[in-house]
Amino acid sequence: MKPPTELDAPPAPDADALAADPSVENPVAGIDQAVGDFTYDVKYEFDAGSGLNENVIRYISGVKKEADWILDFRLKAYQTFLDKPMPTHWATKDLENINFDKIRYYLAQGQKPKRTWDEVPDDIKKTFERLGIPEQERKFLAGVEAQFDSEAAYSNVKDIVAKQGVIFLNSTEALREHPEIFRKWFGKVIPTGDNKFSALNSAVFSGGSFIYVPPGVKVAMPLQAYFRINAENFGQFERTLIIADEGAEVTYMEGCTAPKFSTSTLHSAVVELVALKGAKIQYITVQNWAPNVFNLVTKRGLAMEDAEIKWIDCNIGSRLTMKYPGVVLKGKRARGEVVSIALANDGQHQDTGAKMIHAADDTSSLIVSKSISVGQGRATYRGVVHIPKHLKGCKNNTECDALLINTNSRTDTYPAIVVRGDTHAVQHEASVSKVSEDMIFYMQQRGLTEAQAMSLAVNGFVNDLVRQFPMEYSVELKRLIDLEMEGSVG
Amino acid sequence: MSASALPATPTEGLDSSRFAQHLSQRAYLPAWWLETKKAAFNQFTALPLPSRTDETWRFSNLKGLDLSGFTLPEDPASQIPNHSAFPQTAEIVFSNRQLVARSTVPAELAAKGVIFAPLDEALQNHGDLVKQYFQKHPAQLGSEKFVALNTAFTAAGALLYVPADVEVALPFVVQHTLTGNNVAAFPHTIVVLGPRAKATLVEFFISGGAATDRQLASGVNDLHAAEGAQLTYVGAQHWSRETLAFQVNSIVAERDARVLSLNLHLGGRQARHESNSRLLGPGAHSEMLALTVADGAQEFDQRTLQTHVAPHTTSNLLYKNALLDTAKTIFSGLIIVEPDAQKTDAYQKNRNLMLSDAAEAHSLPGLEIQANDVKCSHGSTSARIDAEQEFYLQSRGINPAESRRLLVAAFFEEVLEKLENEDLHRALTGLIASQFKR
Repeated sequence: MKPPTELDAPPAPDADALAADPSVENPVAGIDQAVGDFTYDVKYEFDAGSGLNENVIRYISGVKKEADWILDFRLKAYQTFLDKPMPTHWATKDLENINFDKIRYYLAQGQKPKRTWDEVPDDIKKTFERLGIPEQERKFLAGVEAQFDSEAAYSNVKDIVAKQGVIFLNSTEALREHPEIFRKWFGKVIPTGDNKFSALNSAVFSGGSFIYVPPGVKVAMPLQAYFRINAENFGQFERTLIIADEGAEVTYMEGCTAPKFSTSTLHSAVVELVALKGAKIQYITVQNWAPNVFNLVTKRGLAMEDAEIKWIDCNIGSRLTMKYPGVVLKGKRARGEVVSIALANDGQHQDTGAKMIHAADDTSSLIVSKSISVGQGRATYRGVVHIPKHLKGCKNNTECDALLINTNSRTDTYPAIVVRGDTHAVQHEASVSKVSEDMIFYMQQRGLTEAQAMSLAVNGFVNDLVRQFPMEYSVELKRLIDLEMEGSVG
Repeated sequence: MSASALPATPTEGLDSSRFAQHLSQRAYLPAWWLETKKAAFNQFTALPLPSRTDETWRFSNLKGLDLSGFTLPEDPASQIPNHSAFPQTAEIVFSNRQLVARSTVPAELAAKGVIFAPLDEALQNHGDLVKQYFQKHPAQLGSEKFVALNTAFTAAGALLYVPADVEVALPFVVQHTLTGNNVAAFPHTIVVLGPRAKATLVEFFISGGAATDRQLASGVNDLHAAEGAQLTYVGAQHWSRETLAFQVNSIVAERDARVLSLNLHLGGRQARHESNSRLLGPGAHSEMLALTVADGAQEFDQRTLQTHVAPHTTSNLLYKNALLDTAKTIFSGLIIVEPDAQKTDAYQKNRNLMLSDAAEAHSLPGLEIQANDVKCSHGSTSARIDAEQEFYLQSRGINPAESRRLLVAAFFEEVLEKLENEDLHRALTGLIASQFKR
């Protein structure tokens, strides 16, 4: 057992492996971006050290007692990772600031963390308070009861769905206990070599959720992810695979609804969804990483005949997020949807979007993206809509709206649309605007402060999307936006 | 361009000995011009061909960029096609890079200082003017190698200069024709409008001879409108069906200037068009229009940039493509609003009319906005003829083929109607209609 170095240190700025200063002070917006940055003194039983080589991968695989084929998969992925160039010919040069040798690829906690609510820093408590997160959940989110105490709540969910035949495990357990179900689709929707970061994830993945919903089963309650991610306490490279068998329906939610307290520097997940004939999967993410995290995630779903996959993706935190949830519309009449909200504040770049790959007749896709740039934040929409040869009757509609709050805020839109043939209907529209002065004036005249008015206007801008979120998420999201907007005017 | 691109090798046919010959024929031209050409040839040789990872060449057929085997023709063709049968102020005609005809500028305009001259002549008599505006604002949208090739070998070209407060109603015309197999042309046109001047320039790029002739054309334009000037530029491209064509446009509009550019793309096997509008002063406006009829196995690759540098500037882009057979079009547009360009109003629209099941339309409409008090939007649609409109016409007794023809014509009319000059409008409509009579 190696002594943990970076992660058990107090939140000293130089603990950040990426040498990035996530601008603790926010001169324009006046928001302390560092609210989520704190760590606990944690002892890890398993620690693969920093840097990546074959031994690290063998170590991870060994700790997990994995089958040989998984180790082979990991080692091959590692080679692919080394071979693949950084995608910096089209993406931001900020990626070059990632130092792969300083990153810790695997940490697992063997002990139960003994912590009380009193140990949580006051400002974090205050943030939770303002976000309106219930006490029970706050403890969980604060990492106070990350492991065993929350295991109970998690087990409840698990028991209920287990009665319906639903398998809900982490990646290690799932591949060990049900290879017959998961191996077939594992790494098939997102091949290892899809991009450098999917290859990296394939080499070092741990944690994440593997879910199988049997034919015709409709899971009534949304399955929550942060139980699983935090169960391993370090879910930077989590791997998720959700299979909804014919006619099944499932909603999955991941992320945290409060500032994350992670000093981690790279989060690179792979999420694969498989919706078989007539199945429906809805995947909801609310991402609010600390502003020193590179969030480079590959998400893609495969929708068979009459199946439906919907990504609801909300990005508020991180230093750089690059995430383009996609749907491969493989079966006739399949439907894909991406609903995306991004908020970029000072020092942040939200590079998000969607990919719709039509591969069967009469498939339809919808992309709705709204972004807000505050201070010197930069929000980017990047999308692909692909309708190849010999297909009939495909439809896509894409809408991108960007709101710019301050004079030096930045937004970009980079869609790519490929259409072959004359039986399709494809539309793309994007607009950029600021909050109208009339609107602000009207609200101020009714007694609101300028800041309140601005907050209300921004919430109004995203309101039609936020309404599609489950209740508790939408409430929290609105408050998060309020928090981010604070001090952005005047 | 990325390092993984093909190594730059001297191009057979357009190699250094051919360049030396080209240069020696022009020893009488100003020294700075010969130096510019030399530097450009070196740059052309040094730059790699575009590679797969070049974002500015995304979706383009890179295998089609074969520059080998082309020669510079020295003799004009005996037969020269003519598309410019409309009232005009003056005309300059090139065939196979040679000046074959020109009409002089009317005396009253010449007296006011209007200059309309072939490039080589302009270099001798108005060298400073050419020097001041030649590639002053390069477009830089990916074709730098082909622009360098143009600078190295250009001879056929024109300078149009209209001084302050002079308005010229009828268009100036430049015709470039290319006849023969494996021949190349490098037209370069410079238009400079002084403050409050007004003029129209129409440029034709046409192949004579067989439609199957393999040809190379790399053309460049520098269009400059000073304060309050009004410039209309029309470029009509009808190269042979086997031409590899590049055309790179640079548009600059100063305070309160208004530039309308309309490019018509009909010919070529693979034709790339780049256009960069820079709005440098408050009140400047650029209207960027393009029409493409893509049929057979043609590829049309259009890259645009609307750069809003100054506040209170406007731009409007409308690129329409009609796609038949197995044709392919690429539209990649970007609006850049620089940090100080508040009150920008920019629009960008690409519409693809799909008329065949095997045609392929790529659309990449982009925005990069760094100021918040702006109105910017873009739209892109790819769809077939509206079934309801077709039904309406047919229910009025118009047969299916005719109703389709009418609807395609209407599709183009939205762009053509922006031309004030009716004769020009009629000439272009006729040119487009000829594409559908097959």
